[in-house]
This record gives sequence, structure tokens and C-alpha cells, in this order.
Amino acid sequence: MQTMQAVLEVEGLVKTFTLHPQHGVVLNVLQSVDFSVLPGECLILHGESGAGKSTLLRTLYGNYLPDSGSIRVLHEGRPVELVGAQPRLILELRRNTIGYVSQFLRVIPRVKCLKVVMEPALARGMDADQAQERAEDLLRRLGIPERLWSLAPGTFSGGEQQRVNIARSFMVHWPVLLLDEPTASLDEANRRVVISLIEEARRAGSAVIAISHDPATRDAIADRYLDMQPKELSHAC
Amino acid sequence: MTLLSNCPDPAIGAADPVASAAQCASPEPLLSVRNVTLLYGPEQGCQDVTFDLYPGEVLGVVGESGSGKSTLLSVLSGRNPPDTGSVVYRGQDGATVDLYSASEAERRRLLRTEWGFVEQNPRDGLRMNVSAGANIGERLMAQGVRHYGQLRHAGLQWLRQVEIDPARLDDPPRSFSGGMQQRLQIARNLVSSPRLMFMDEPTGGLDVSVQAHLLDLLRGLVRELQLAVVIVTHDLAVARLLADRLMVMRRSRVVEAGLTDQILDDPQHAYSQLLVSSVLQP
Repeated sequence: MQTMQAVLEVEGLVKTFTLHPQHGVVLNVLQSVDFSVLPGECLILHGESGAGKSTLLRTLYGNYLPDSGSIRVLHEGRPVELVGAQPRLILELRRNTIGYVSQFLRVIPRVKCLKVVMEPALARGMDADQAQERAEDLLRRLGIPERLWSLAPGTFSGGEQQRVNIARSFMVHWPVLLLDEPTASLDEANRRVVISLIEEARRAGSAVIAISHDPATRDAIADRYLDMQPKELSHAC
Repeated sequence: MTLLSNCPDPAIGAADPVASAAQCASPEPLLSVRNVTLLYGPEQGCQDVTFDLYPGEVLGVVGESGSGKSTLLSVLSGRNPPDTGSVVYRGQDGATVDLYSASEAERRRLLRTEWGFVEQNPRDGLRMNVSAGANIGERLMAQGVRHYGQLRHAGLQWLRQVEIDPARLDDPPRSFSGGMQQRLQIARNLVSSPRLMFMDEPTGGLDVSVQAHLLDLLRGLVRELQLAVVIVTHDLAVARLLADRLMVMRRSRVVEAGLTDQILDDPQHAYSQLLVSSVLQP
């Protein structure tokens, strides 16, 4: 365990938002965040609403642009710096290393549910039959009825879309897995499925960084907590 | 924000030499654009545009009308020489061509073979009075394919690929709907297996349902064929769906550039913030 290399190392990470249309108001959301995560470990971001938990996850995914600091990700055996990285590199990291699961599915018009789920595997060059088998297995586990598989998820209910999104995210192995409220608004049975999917991913070596307001989910997956307090230095405990 | 290759960003280089070496080892850019300026008047046109486009990458150019998007596209695609700056293309054979020191004939050859151009108005990109099949076959004929059976086969195959009923092969495009014409224009370009496509508002002027169909088709083709694309659009939803990265233009200059979802979800420049916040959320 001691010789294991962190898959994600964050140092002095600062993220502010300058709202130009609103008289240039500056929000200091992340003020020097430091932490690191080992393979198979689960870190829960903990703090009140507005403490910057989602901002931190989005910054780790390259969706928000950090002001300064460092985010180092172990990508195919090499540490790669995400702060200041070119779009191409970030897209490569998202294809192979960093997975992100939100509660919301971004629906692409006309694309079938099964195809939406298979996509991350196909993007990595997995054989189509194999990808389909895995996608069907995940959809079945998450209780998406088979008659919906060939339909575009645009018309699905919110809960169904959320589960399609989860199925999609667990199609492939992610060395770093970012979860933003993965079990919010799921029923008990589906919550248990998602928790077991997270456990499987961790056993396969995924480092998980999660936000969850649901105590049952938190207790089931947490190894450590990162305390996030607005306007104060954050520290891992 | 820098868009240059050769790992110009000190943050990358300084943080980890291994990572920057790995990044530089990726393939050479297909298109290298340096300080391109073409002005028709103060802040009219485009100025000082610099970027690299890599194989398989989709670059969206967004901004309000008159910001210089189409002018930039005409310079990039060899149609309009810039006042200053250079556009260098790396051909299939690995040799680089500096567009505006190359001959007119060479530029035309590229536009007919390794490049494609999808016009906003399909009437500008199609021959309206000859059959759909002849429209598709034209590039192949320019490349020396004379066999009628081969041309017809390619025509049928590409109609199917862009989801037009193959029975319409002998009909002229003026008998097609707007969405079908646009798909035919795409087929006409793709038949020569281009590596680089320029698109000027390809979904502008189409019904929303037709737009979705076309976007889905484009997304699939771009991935399948590993096309590099420069797409000009004022529709941010189109940009999000198709583009890997964006350049935001305003009054002839690029004010912000970066990863598509980062620009749309966390825009930095005052104008980008205004642009993103002005869109109605459907």
C-alpha cells in the first residue's frame, strides 16, 4: 500500500468566477485545495451547499478552468498536468482515464438508448458485440426495461435518464471516477445497484471522488472525507 | 489561452517534462494557421487568428453576425488570400503546402480532393439541374473515374449513407427538400474521402427536427471517417454537439478559445459570458 502511486494529486488549486455581466463580481470558490487519492480509494467531498463541491469535481474534469494550482493525473502510467492542458489532451484523458457521472444525461437527439450506453466503450475501440453485451447487462441491472433500449432517451422519465447515464458511465474502467450525486432521487433497489457498481469499480482499481448527500450511500462507499468549508482552507481528514 | 502546438504552454512544460514530451509526440497538425488577417474595414473581417487543427478534431467558430467567422473560413479554405499571415496544410503524402504561396491550381485540387466545403445554402454547393447521382459523381470524375457503373455505385452508396432514398438517384436536387439538399451536399463532398471539411452554418435555415437528423448524421460521419472539421455556427447547441473545441470571435478577433464544454459552462471573457447567457435554454 505504501508504494502505491496516487492517481490524482491536487495542490494549491484555486478557482474563482468573475461575472462580467454582473459588474465583474468575483466569487472565490476554491481557495488552495490540496489532496491526493490512491487507486481503489474513495474520497467524499463534504460540505454545505455552496461550499464548492461540484465546482471542484467539474474543475477536475476540465469542465471549469482553474485559476492556478496543479491537478496531476496518472494517465497511462505517466503523471499528466491538467491545469493549462490543451483541449486535445483533456479529451484524451476523458476518453481513457477520467470518468464523470452527473445526475443528468445530456440527450443527443435520435440516438438510441443502447447506443448511448455503448458509446464510451466503442470510443476505446471495444468490439461492438462485446460492448452491446455489457450495455445490456448494465441496463438490466439498473432496471431499464428492454422495450426502451431501442428508443432515444429524450422521452424517458428523469429517473430513467439518470440510470441510463449511470449505465453509460460504468461501461468501461476509469482510473479516476468523479461522481456528482450518483444516487440522488433513486429508489432503494437502484441505489443498492449503483453502490455495488461503485464497489466493483473500486475493486478494479478506480479511485473514486464523490459528492453524496445521501448518508446510506456515503457510509457504504467512503474511505475518507475532504472537508470543504466556504472561505477557508480545505484539508483532508 | 494558447492554441499553438509544440507545447507552448509553460504550465504544461514546467509541471512535468514527461507529460509534455508525450503530448508533443502526437501526430502533426493537419492545418497550421498563423496570424491570419483579412480586413475589409476597421474590425471588419478577421485579424491575428492563430491555431492548429489536428486529424479528427472538430473546431467550432462561434460569435455574432459580422464577427468575421465566414471571412476566416474563406481564408482557411483557400478561397480568399489574407492580407498577412499563413495557412499551412499537411497533405495526405505528409508534405506541407503553404496555401497562399501555392498555385491557384493546387488550391483548387485540394478543394476538390482532400478537402470539402459545405455551404450554408445547398444551392451554392450543388448543381441544381443535374441528377443527385451526377452531383455525387462529379468529384470522382475529376479524379479520373470514368466507369459508369462505379460512379453509379458510389452515388447509391452515398445516398444511403446520408439517409436519402436511393430511388432518388436520378432526380435533380431542386426536387429535394432543404434537409435532403443539405445531406446531398455532404455526400457530394465526402465521396472523395476528404480529410478536412469546412462547414458554414450547415444547419442554418433548417427545421429543428431536420437539424437534429443532420447533426446526428454529421456526428457519426466525423467519428467514422476521422474527419477534421472547421465549422462556423452561431448556434451554441450545434457547437456543443459537434465541436471538440471552440473559438469565440468578436469584432474580427478571437476573444477566447478552448475546450467546447469549458467555454460554454465556464466562459472567461466578458463577451463569451454574454453570448452564453443570452441563449434561451430549451
